[in-house]
Amino acid sequence: MTNVLTLTNVSKSFGALKVTDEVSFAVPKGQALGIIGPNGAGKSTLFNLITGNFLPDTGSITLLGRDVTRSPAMDRVRMGVGRSFQIPQPFEGLTVFENLLTAAAYGQGKREVEVQDTCVSILGDTELLSKANTLAGSLSLLDRKRLELARAMATGPKLLLLDEIAGGLTEGECLALVATIKALHAQGITIIWIEHVLHALTSVVERLLVLDFGRIIGVGDPDAIMASKEVREIYLGMEV
Amino acid sequence: MTHSVTTRTRASSIAGIAALALIGVGLILPAFASRSLIQDLFFILTMLTLAQLWNLIAGFGGMVSVGQQAFVGIGAYAMFAGVILWGWDPVPAILLGGLAAFLLAIPMAFFAFRLAGAYFAIGTWVIAEITRLLVAQWKTLGGGTGTSLPREATADIIGVATIADVFGLRDAAARDVLAYWLALALAVGTMAAIYALLRSRTGLALAAVRDNDNAAQSVGVDARRVKWTVFLSAATMTGFVGALIYVQTARISPDAAFSVTNWTAYVIFIAVIGGIGRLEGPILGVLVFWGLQTVFADYGSWYLLALGLLAIATMLFAPRGLWGLIHDRTGIALFPVQRRLVTTEPNKT
Repeated sequence: MTNVLTLTNVSKSFGALKVTDEVSFAVPKGQALGIIGPNGAGKSTLFNLITGNFLPDTGSITLLGRDVTRSPAMDRVRMGVGRSFQIPQPFEGLTVFENLLTAAAYGQGKREVEVQDTCVSILGDTELLSKANTLAGSLSLLDRKRLELARAMATGPKLLLLDEIAGGLTEGECLALVATIKALHAQGITIIWIEHVLHALTSVVERLLVLDFGRIIGVGDPDAIMASKEVREIYLGMEV
Repeated sequence: MTHSVTTRTRASSIAGIAALALIGVGLILPAFASRSLIQDLFFILTMLTLAQLWNLIAGFGGMVSVGQQAFVGIGAYAMFAGVILWGWDPVPAILLGGLAAFLLAIPMAFFAFRLAGAYFAIGTWVIAEITRLLVAQWKTLGGGTGTSLPREATADIIGVATIADVFGLRDAAARDVLAYWLALALAVGTMAAIYALLRSRTGLALAAVRDNDNAAQSVGVDARRVKWTVFLSAATMTGFVGALIYVQTARISPDAAFSVTNWTAYVIFIAVIGGIGRLEGPILGVLVFWGLQTVFADYGSWYLLALGLLAIATMLFAPRGLWGLIHDRTGIALFPVQRRLVTTEPNKT
């Protein structure tokens, strides 16, 4: 099986603080990998390293067989890295449909007319079709989260990065979103998903990675990881 | 169900026809209109063009520049340099104005793009002031007191003699007609170009960068390139307008050509009153501004005070300007740019 993404000994420091410490892992094509860890463990930083918003101090990142360690973020989007932000960042002055058009046209390097159909079908997949002509700035939180997902999908990703997309939603909303993500995953997209809402995460991912103080402290089968003593102590803060 | 995408509204089709008719009327107007009307229209058209250009970078691009007078001034001085130093005809020398503004915009963008928000605004203003102080040192072009276009240069501007013959006008009036036509061409050309840009893929990218720079880059938009392109284009066009204004007045000084009041404060007023971020805004705004100017300009500083208060009131109570109010009430968009997804149910037969 080929790997979509490989990180080898990646480290990143801000001043004296080492937020990513010798991180190595690979994500095979088609896998959904979950990342958990306490606040400040370096989860979002890891995403920023993968997308190219931050450059690592040491180590290397390989995307679809190409070394992208120093490639700018834009190139990686074009290669197929789509991301959703933890705090939704819609283009508020544009409609939902225009948000997708922008992402699709630029993410895939195509003309607007060539991506219209794709955008319409993504709107359908993410249950946003009825809001297509609504200004993104006036959406509810659930729809903003859906838009984050839809916009990331519109860039035509081979690797989809989801940053706490279920956070802040009600139980019902969360289930609806999980169903959407499951359906996308069934289409064969590789996913890396950071999430605190564990039941949402474990209902989708096949593999779980635990970060603490920038280091990987466990990776493997979700059930085994959740059951391990170390994870329960460090992440869940439970007495075992 | 089938889907189609459109930007057209019923009002926009009517507006398109009305715009063409207005341009037609505008072209033949000098045959009937008085000289003072032509001069008023010249003022309206040049201020409209400046306001549309400011609206492009600030309203659509989120780059709130308070230094647009730099491009008006440098454009005007470049035109003067072409005429006085190299003996160019003033009309082709307008091209030098655009070139000079383009060249000045490169270092200005280089420094100002490192700043954000209010600091960007202050930065552009400071650079404009520095340019004014430097130009005031240019002794051949009159230094701090300024200079006039030489009589022989204004006497035989290309086309003026023909206009004077055809319309039976004196040379000075014929010069106004020529300047008016050029202003009309610049205004129409600028608005057509901005409209085309907003309806293109780049228009989406510009809005995305304005709304969220970071997210724009995460979907593959080259934010730097979009900002540079729009800023440099607007500066170049502003340079053309500046040069044209000073072909018409034929007299220049650094304080007038680099006036922050005339070329940026008034321009912002026009865009704010009319409606920022809409092509219709400055059209409405310039008419309001011209009306106020005509009626109240004699009141001096009271007039300026009133303009300021009016702008503040608009920003507080109708932040999207007069056109925003009209649009909210009626939904009319004369120059729509929004891509609307239209869903049609198939006919059941």
